[in-house]
Amino acid sequence: MEMMVLLGDFTVRTVALGAALVGAVAGVLGSFAVLRQQSLLGDTLSHAALPGVCLGFLLAGSRQLAPILAGALVSGALAALLVLLLTRTTRVKTDAALGVSLSLFFAFGTVLLTYVQRHQGAAQAGLDAFLFGQAAALVPADLRLIGSVGAASLLLVALGWKELKVTTFDADFSRSLGRPVVAIEFALTVLIAVAVVIGLQLVGVILMVALVIAPAAAARQWAKRLEGMVLLSALFGAVSGVAGALLSASVRGLATGPVIVLVASGFVAVSLLLAPGRGIAWQLVQAVAERRSLRAHRVLLGLYQLAQDHGDPRYPSEQGMLDTYYRGGSASALGRLQRRGLVERVEHMPEEGDHWVLTEAGQQQARDLLEPFGSRDGADRTGAGT
Amino acid sequence: MSALQAWLDQPSVTIMLIGALVGIAASLLGAFLVLRRESMLSDAISHSVLLGIVVVYLLTGTVDTPLQVVGAALAGLVTVWATDLLVRSRRVKQDAAIGLVFPALFAVAVLLINLYARDVHLDTDAVLLGEIAFAWLDVVSLGQLEVARSLLTMLVITAVNLAFVVLLYKELKLATFDPGLATALGKRPTLVGYALLGLVSVTAVGAFDAVGAILFVAFVIVPPTTAYLLTDRLWRMLAYGCVVAVGSSLAGYALARAYDVSVGGSMASATGAFLLLALLFGRHGLIARALGRRAPRAPQAADGSVVAEVSLAGPAEHGRGS
Amino acid sequence: MGEEVERALSTAQGVHEPSLALHVEDLTASYASGAVLWDVDMNVPPGVLAAIVGPNGAGKSTLLKCVIGALRPAAGHVYVFGRPYRQQRHRVAYVPQRTSVDWDFPTTALDVVTMGLYGRLGWLRRPGKREDDEAHEALAMVGMDAFAERQISQLSGGQQQRVFLARALVQDADLYLMDEPFAGVDATTERAIVDLFKDLRRRGKTVVAVHHDLQTVATYFDWLALLNVRLIAQGPVREVYTAEHLRAAYGPRVVLLEQTAEA
Repeated sequence: MEMMVLLGDFTVRTVALGAALVGAVAGVLGSFAVLRQQSLLGDTLSHAALPGVCLGFLLAGSRQLAPILAGALVSGALAALLVLLLTRTTRVKTDAALGVSLSLFFAFGTVLLTYVQRHQGAAQAGLDAFLFGQAAALVPADLRLIGSVGAASLLLVALGWKELKVTTFDADFSRSLGRPVVAIEFALTVLIAVAVVIGLQLVGVILMVALVIAPAAAARQWAKRLEGMVLLSALFGAVSGVAGALLSASVRGLATGPVIVLVASGFVAVSLLLAPGRGIAWQLVQAVAERRSLRAHRVLLGLYQLAQDHGDPRYPSEQGMLDTYYRGGSASALGRLQRRGLVERVEHMPEEGDHWVLTEAGQQQARDLLEPFGSRDGADRTGAGT
Repeated sequence: MSALQAWLDQPSVTIMLIGALVGIAASLLGAFLVLRRESMLSDAISHSVLLGIVVVYLLTGTVDTPLQVVGAALAGLVTVWATDLLVRSRRVKQDAAIGLVFPALFAVAVLLINLYARDVHLDTDAVLLGEIAFAWLDVVSLGQLEVARSLLTMLVITAVNLAFVVLLYKELKLATFDPGLATALGKRPTLVGYALLGLVSVTAVGAFDAVGAILFVAFVIVPPTTAYLLTDRLWRMLAYGCVVAVGSSLAGYALARAYDVSVGGSMASATGAFLLLALLFGRHGLIARALGRRAPRAPQAADGSVVAEVSLAGPAEHGRGS
Repeated sequence: MGEEVERALSTAQGVHEPSLALHVEDLTASYASGAVLWDVDMNVPPGVLAAIVGPNGAGKSTLLKCVIGALRPAAGHVYVFGRPYRQQRHRVAYVPQRTSVDWDFPTTALDVVTMGLYGRLGWLRRPGKREDDEAHEALAMVGMDAFAERQISQLSGGQQQRVFLARALVQDADLYLMDEPFAGVDATTERAIVDLFKDLRRRGKTVVAVHHDLQTVATYFDWLALLNVRLIAQGPVREVYTAEHLRAAYGPRVVLLEQTAEA
């Protein structure tokens, strides 16, 4: 209910709209970053925006969003170029190159930030907000800027969809089709930087990476196709943005960025646990089932082997022996096999305990299991075998 | 003794010493992180130690206890463990896993500060920038000597890291170069890895006061990377890394004084200057590469992962040279 | 009947054949994608040069990794000279696939060979002159002593493989486990490895190598285990290297092989 009241407020509505937009754009472009295994490039891009924010401020002389975002975009692009330079021309590996670029740009950013704070007097008041985001500072003019830049980048993604898709999936193949792969990859990096930059005011340089990665990683768990993943990721991003903005507006003193990030992380946690097929809960159930059927199959094949060795398809095997052979636990496996009609209990030397034989279906099942191995008689062993 | 005291009483000396110690402690461990391709874990750890610090503060009400170190180290290890868990679930790739775990922990930490610790010195600026410029104000007595608390902390941490790297040099090297052989020889590479990352977390806490948690990352990654461009020997990589770190602290302090800007920030930025020099003039740098001075690599034989079916199709041939 | 029980009981109660260099029992390993090794029973007597051969994805490397404990199998046991691997570490040398390590690592060929001695050195001791001498000696045995001080990325693929072999030699083990030692090496290295194998056999050592080239199996090895998730066949290479077994391992496509196999 409180949310509804909040939505009536003009400022809050502006913020919510902005946050939805930022989340959606980050969700779309983050999908590509995650699939290309470049998630941490988003980390580098967002930290590296700090010196650009300060330079944009210094050059414009006041706290206007356009030059600040332009500065952030330029320094992000330079940071990406440094990563490329290090990985392509030296033996420095990607992770170190990302770390180098991130920490050096951020370090220089803090130098500039303190310079602004100590030399430009009170005018700097707003720059701190770019560290952790401050939704309240968002005005309609900012929203128009963020909106048009965000819409433009989404349009570019839509126009280049085929190329982006094939290059993300298989760059070499894309090259063989004559696509300008380097240009496409560069464009994608710049677009990711754009997504990061328009979120700075709301989420801040430190945490913006999460809004790039989290919605995409969550969407990846549910979607089977890139189209579905991108749309779902945009939705998760937008919802995280709105929910985060409203929550932080309703509790005094909460920074917006961290709240948005926590909502997005919640989407990830739920998706990882529950997504059908890929979810961890789902996998656990499957793993248990698989282990059980593995044991059952081993017992089944063991019976088949003994039957083969004796040239009697209905050779009765003693349960105690099977237990020893399979280190116990054959009882439950036998039970399962019996329920599926693959084995049956027979009366054979009652004083020696239960005996089991394969049914017709059981023999067929054993043959089917062995088929892929191309072996006629199960455990075919030569020489020193067994 | 009093001469030493007089020397230490100069704020600039204390600040530069702290910076140099942070640099040495960080780059000793960083060399192995860089070689293990886990550099970005230091970024993750440096963010999430804040959670450890905040939680310990909320529980005990202080920010100076040794418990702090324990809490932060635990937070760092939780980050590494959670990342590992995500990767092993095969639901997300390693890069995404790192990028999912630390922002969440960091966000929790910032919100806890927002809600419950507004007025303490745990403000978020300090996280980023550090307060090395004021470190000399907070002193403790050590016998007859008065030493800055941060300096003492960093001395202890640096000594521990140095001992770790020297004593377990060959285990670290083996676990980094060939974890398979390390396992086969019973050298517990996973355990060695966790010990390394645990010490990274502890060092991050120590550095947190001095240069800020995020600038710490620069000291972990940049000096070893610089050294990696300069040498082909591991021990030299460690030594050069320390030299770069110390040089950056001195140069960075001078620059910070000259322009009246963040000390930690300029120290970290100065590491970039060393990297640039190595990138241009180093043994594996751009100029050496352009001049082709570096010993050319012998041509690599084609990768041998030929499927059996392929080799079956051709006539029987022995000694397939490539 | 009684005979089976006895046989099953003897396997189960752990009469682990100390006479076998490597004894793998009921080994089953699976990844999320399904079983990679299925109920593998493998025996390698001492003093043989054994090849583990099978198509891609047959679980060959997985088998070696389970032996050294780098992977935990879903079921099964491994015995080296009659005891669990952990008690026999000092008697085993492991050579991973060459592509499994970072050759840009800042270290020399000599240093890599010295790593083979880290197990013997224990946790805190450092390698000294004695270890260096042993490493030089091992490098000389594979014709690489001239390259001792080279940074390892400046070696060719074959030379890198020989460094790995020298590292195994320096361990002075009784059982050598090698993952694709012939992969991507030049003719010189290939010959060097073959000579080394013969030397090891002469000294009574056992080699178990993952191998991918059916062409050379019969000439380089004298013992063969054919693997395709399950163990298809094992034994002296003359007995196992038959068209029938190979077809069982590789599928019907190995038609061309019959001449090779019977030649």
